[in-house]
Formats: sequence, structure tokens, C-alpha cells
Amino acid sequence: MGTATAALKDFQKYSMKKLPRVEPLAPGHRACQGCTEVLALRQVMKAIGDNVIVCSATGCMEIITSPWPQTAWRTPWLHVAFENAAAVASGVESGYKALIRKGRIKDENTVFMAVAGDGGTADIGLQALSGALERGHNFLYVCLDNEAYMNTGIQRSSSTPYGAMTTTSPPGKQSIGQATLKKDVAAIAAAHNIPYVATACPAYPVDLMNKAKKAATIPGPAYLHVFSPCCTGWRLAPERSVEAARLAVETRVFPLYEVIDGNWILSKDVKSPKPVQEYLQHQRRFRHLTEDDIKTIQEQVDAKYERLLQRIGQTSSGAEGSSEE
Amino acid sequence: MSERVGIEVSIALAEAVKQANVDVVAAYPITPQTHIVEHLSELVADGELDAEFIPVESEHSAMSCSIGAAAAGARVFTATSSQGMALMVEIVFIASSLRLPIVMAMANRAMSGPISIWNDHSDIMLARDTGWIQTVAENGQEMYDSLFHAYRVAEDHGVLLPMIINMDGFTVSHVIEPIEILDQKDVDKYLKPYDWAQRLDPKNPITMGPVGMPEVYTEARMALEEAVKASKPTILKGWKEFGDLTGRYYNPVETYLTEDADTILVTMGSIGETAMTAVDGMRAKGHKVGVARIRLYRPFPNEEVVAALKNAKYVGVVDRYLSFGGNGGPLATEIRSLFYNQSSRPFIFNFIAGLGGRDVTVENFEEMASDVKSLASSNSSELYQIINVRE
Repeated sequence: MGTATAALKDFQKYSMKKLPRVEPLAPGHRACQGCTEVLALRQVMKAIGDNVIVCSATGCMEIITSPWPQTAWRTPWLHVAFENAAAVASGVESGYKALIRKGRIKDENTVFMAVAGDGGTADIGLQALSGALERGHNFLYVCLDNEAYMNTGIQRSSSTPYGAMTTTSPPGKQSIGQATLKKDVAAIAAAHNIPYVATACPAYPVDLMNKAKKAATIPGPAYLHVFSPCCTGWRLAPERSVEAARLAVETRVFPLYEVIDGNWILSKDVKSPKPVQEYLQHQRRFRHLTEDDIKTIQEQVDAKYERLLQRIGQTSSGAEGSSEE
Repeated sequence: MSERVGIEVSIALAEAVKQANVDVVAAYPITPQTHIVEHLSELVADGELDAEFIPVESEHSAMSCSIGAAAAGARVFTATSSQGMALMVEIVFIASSLRLPIVMAMANRAMSGPISIWNDHSDIMLARDTGWIQTVAENGQEMYDSLFHAYRVAEDHGVLLPMIINMDGFTVSHVIEPIEILDQKDVDKYLKPYDWAQRLDPKNPITMGPVGMPEVYTEARMALEEAVKASKPTILKGWKEFGDLTGRYYNPVETYLTEDADTILVTMGSIGETAMTAVDGMRAKGHKVGVARIRLYRPFPNEEVVAALKNAKYVGVVDRYLSFGGNGGPLATEIRSLFYNQSSRPFIFNFIAGLGGRDVTVENFEEMASDVKSLASSNSSELYQIINVRE
């Protein structure tokens, strides 16, 4: 039995009726209206509880929660820089490990968590992430993916999807906007052969919280990739942000899955997907796209989902399915 | 009782790290630092040092891990050189502002390019403005001793600052020297276990590394400035008590035959020993020459530097780094600025020497001592020269 499988043998799932009441991330922070990144972070923190040390990368979540002398954090929280959240968390974990072994502190099953945006994960922090995953530290890494550098003013990252307008991938006579395909960091994380990788989004809060809890429960490195629509950066009405997250799943743009001990498992099998047009239409970052462009994106999404299904077919008996929502 | 053994300085330093019972070592290999961390990983592998050895994927992560581990309450050691310092320097700044008492050894090496693994003081200067305490050793014994002093100072609750202990790459780091290895009982007497002032603990949550808006940033930097300045009495006390324990007393500025000298050469690092040899030769010929060696680089020992140099007529400051397009090397610029407001001051000239492993010989020091005198009477506006340049 694999590491994760063994650790999850008696896993107690959350359900809509059985949600944790704890709020390690306090309200009163400075996030934008409709921010699903902070919503996702709140869900992650609720799921993990308050026996956790959070190492945050520079980014929206860092600045909105920590303008001195205020803090929204009810758990220990450490911000060092942009690209090193995984390295910092691996240091905290190693420090604890040594101090526990040497009898200087008690082992109280504290969870070590790193959190960063897509820029801090897919671009500038990829090396530190890879290093920490490869070294096998007992920590979970949460990437809150809003598909661009939002904190610095909506510049493209390698996690920005094809066709999206950002301030550094502007559409123009010679440009469709972002010209490259979104980097698949969850698959990169899985390629490190770590015990647990999952994708989630805050439109499916119970699924997200269960995955966060699993990631925290499993010994060794765990990676959670959370799709988090950004109203400000996507030019999306704040009341539509959760809907956008849900549509990303329903159109297969962002599939929800887990990789447990190398077994790829679909969390929600989208049997009859909605057309991607429904996902794209309310986001003004895509408004310059032509019908042909949208057709291209549909083909990309179909092909990617097909590859995911192949992976799942190759490694497991099939979809587990999502029953709770 | 301590024991004198013939040992490579890097190995001796790693033994000191073991004797200091460090909890976490995070390091990335770079020549000429490698022997330190290789030996440390052996000590951990053999169970002689109970520590987590984190073989990080870069120096940037070495410093990031060090910060995480120190914030968790661990005693942390890391080591680097030149390019490694350059890669981690972003995080080096943050370690001091978080007031984490990390100790880092630097086997000093030139910055690329052209790429050079050999010794100069590029990396010391790169770390100069980071808010770390920095000392520079002249020889292996001093480097070994520095390790205990560094933790003693850095972890003092009145200091709580990270500290870099420097030694010249190869010319100190790779040399086999007779070194007095301290008895563990003496180490334990001098260096108590790390008593953290605060740490990341879910039972007592703290927020570390928050955003500093313009209303607080200046005050935060002022606080760091005051902390670095205020560390000096603890640095001195640490050396005094180390001297009482071992008989080896250290000072921020070491002077050799400066009392009656009309000419003083100022050095930092291992070339001080060559300078003293040169001074012996010049004294034998009747020249009143002395050497002042800077051991404490940050906080800069203003009083001791002035006291050492104020009675000389001619001062030649030897820098092993150059600020391109500026007014010479950082050490000379700083000393010249220190004397500007003094009522009397010596003539100060700057020699740039020993870049990227170029030897600085006894003859070079003799020439510098003679040149600084003739330059003083030449009415030249020249501030510095790069010596030993091949045609």
C-alpha cells in the first residue's frame, strides 16, 4: 500500500452538514470584492485547522492579510519573498523535525504549509517547489492559481491560458493575447512521484476542503492546485467569480482530480460538458476572441481532457466521482 | 583541555559546527566552500552531529530554508561563496530584518566575470549592506574560533542578528593548519543552547514578515541600523570571554607595530600575515611601518580604526574589491569618510590588490608603503591604484 493510501485509510470526510467551524484566516482582510483566491484560502485553512504554520509567498494573499500592525492570521505565518515559499516551508519543517528529535519541543503533529500564486509557483518559484518536493519534506503546497500576476497589475504568467488578455499579453494586430498554453504544474508536481497531488476550486468547497485535509494528513509532500478566478484581473463581475470557477469545471477547462500514490483519479467526471463559450463569455479578458479562436480553445480543452482520461485509464479503475455537490 | 591538531581549515570549521550542536544545515555546493558542507554531511550521515542536513537546490533556497528553520527555533548554519552569495542576497537582506540569528561562513571568492573560483572580497562587499554582522578571519584558528563567537553574539537577546564569518577562499579555507580544537566542555561553557526569543508555534501564533507601509518602513530600517550598531558591546564581550577561556583574545582591529609608525597599511583577511612579514623586513631597514587589520567589518569599528590610524602620517588601505567607476574600494572609501571630520588625519591612499586570486606579495606591501609616502607629496588628486596589473 502506498504512503498516501495508507494514511487515508480511515480518512474522515467533511460534508456540507459537517464543516469545520474554525477560521484560522480571520475576516477583515483587504481582498477585492468577489476574490475567490481568499475564498479558497479560507476553505483550505478551515479544513486544516489552526495547528499549522503557513509560509506565504509574496502576492495578493500576503499583502491583503499582513499590512503591519494588522494581521488576518490566527496561526503562525511567515512571509519571506516571492519565489521561495516551498523552500521556507521546508526549512520550518526541518527545524521542527530536528528540535522534536532532540527533545527540545514536543511533537504535536503540526502541519507545514506553503502558499503561493501561479506566478510564485509556475514561474519564479518552480525551482524551489521542485527542490522541496524532491527532497520529500512533510508539507503541503497550495497554489492559488488566478492565471496571471494580479498583485503587480495583471501581467501574464506561464499559467495564463491561451488567448487571454493581460497587460503583458495584450491582443493586437499581431497578437491573440496569451499565445501559449497554460503550464500544467499539477502534472509537473505529480512527476516528482510525491504521495498526493490534487486540483480543486472554491466553487466545490467540500471537495476542496477534503483535498486540503488529505494533503495535510499524508506524510511527505503534497501539492494542491486551486483554480481561483480573479474578478479584477479577468474583468469579471464580482458576483460571477464563483460561477466562473464552477463553469471552468463544467466545461472541462479545469478538471478536478487527485493523484494518490501515482494513481490518477477523477473527482468529478464531467460527462456532458458545457461549451467553453459559456465559461469565456463573461470574462472580458477573452472578449477579443473570434469564433474561430473559441473553436481552437474548445479543441485544446477537449484534447487536454482526453489526455487526462487516458492517464486515469492507465493508472486506476476509473473515476471516483463527486457525490457531495 | 584543548588539543592542537593539523587539520584543513574547512574541516576544522565543520567540526566547530558540530561542537556548536547546530540543528539544521542548509547548503548548496560552491567552490571553495564545498569542503565545509561535505564534512558536515558526513558528520550527519555518521550520526556524530544530530542535525537536519538539507541538500537544497540553490543558494537562494539555502538562505530561504535557513530562515524557515531559524524561525522554527532551530540553530542554523549555512555556508557559501561569491556567486552563491549573489544568488541568495535577496533573502540575506530579509534574514536580518526578521532578526534571525543564522550563522553563515563565507569562503571568500571573486565574482564572475570572467568566472573565477579564486579569492578576493567581492562577496563580503556584496553582503555589506544587508544588516548582517560580519567578521573576517586571518587564519584557520581564528575562523574556527569565530564559529562559537558568532552563535554567542547572534543569539544574544540583545542582538538577534545573523552573522557572516569570512575567510579567504583556498588561502585559508583549504590550508592545513595547526589548530587548537576546543574541549567540548569549554564549548558548552561558552555557548549555551539556543534560547529563542520567539518562534513559529501554533500555541502562540505570530505574524512574521508583514508588509511595511511607508509609515513604518523607515522606522523598521532605523531599528535594524540601531540593532547592528548596538551589537558591538556584545561582540567585544564575546571575544573577551572567549579570550578568558582559551587565551586567544580578539579585537575589532588588530594592530601590528602601529604605535610609532608613520606609515600604516590597512588590510582585511589573510593578506594581513604577509603584510606583517613585510613590516618586519621594512622595520629591519629602519622604516616605521605598521599594519592595522580589520577583523570586525560590520558594525564598522569606527573608534578602533581612528585610534589605530590617527597618529600615522600615511595610510595605505588595501582593498580586495573595486567599485567600478567610483572612488576605489569600499574599505578605503569608508575609512577616508571616517577621517573627514577628524581634526587631524593622515594621508589616505587606496591600493586595489589581490583580485581573483592574484598574489599580494611581501614586495607588493613594501612598494605600497613606499608609494603612499611619495603620493602624499605629489599633490596628485588620484585616490586609488590597481596594483600588480600586467601589461
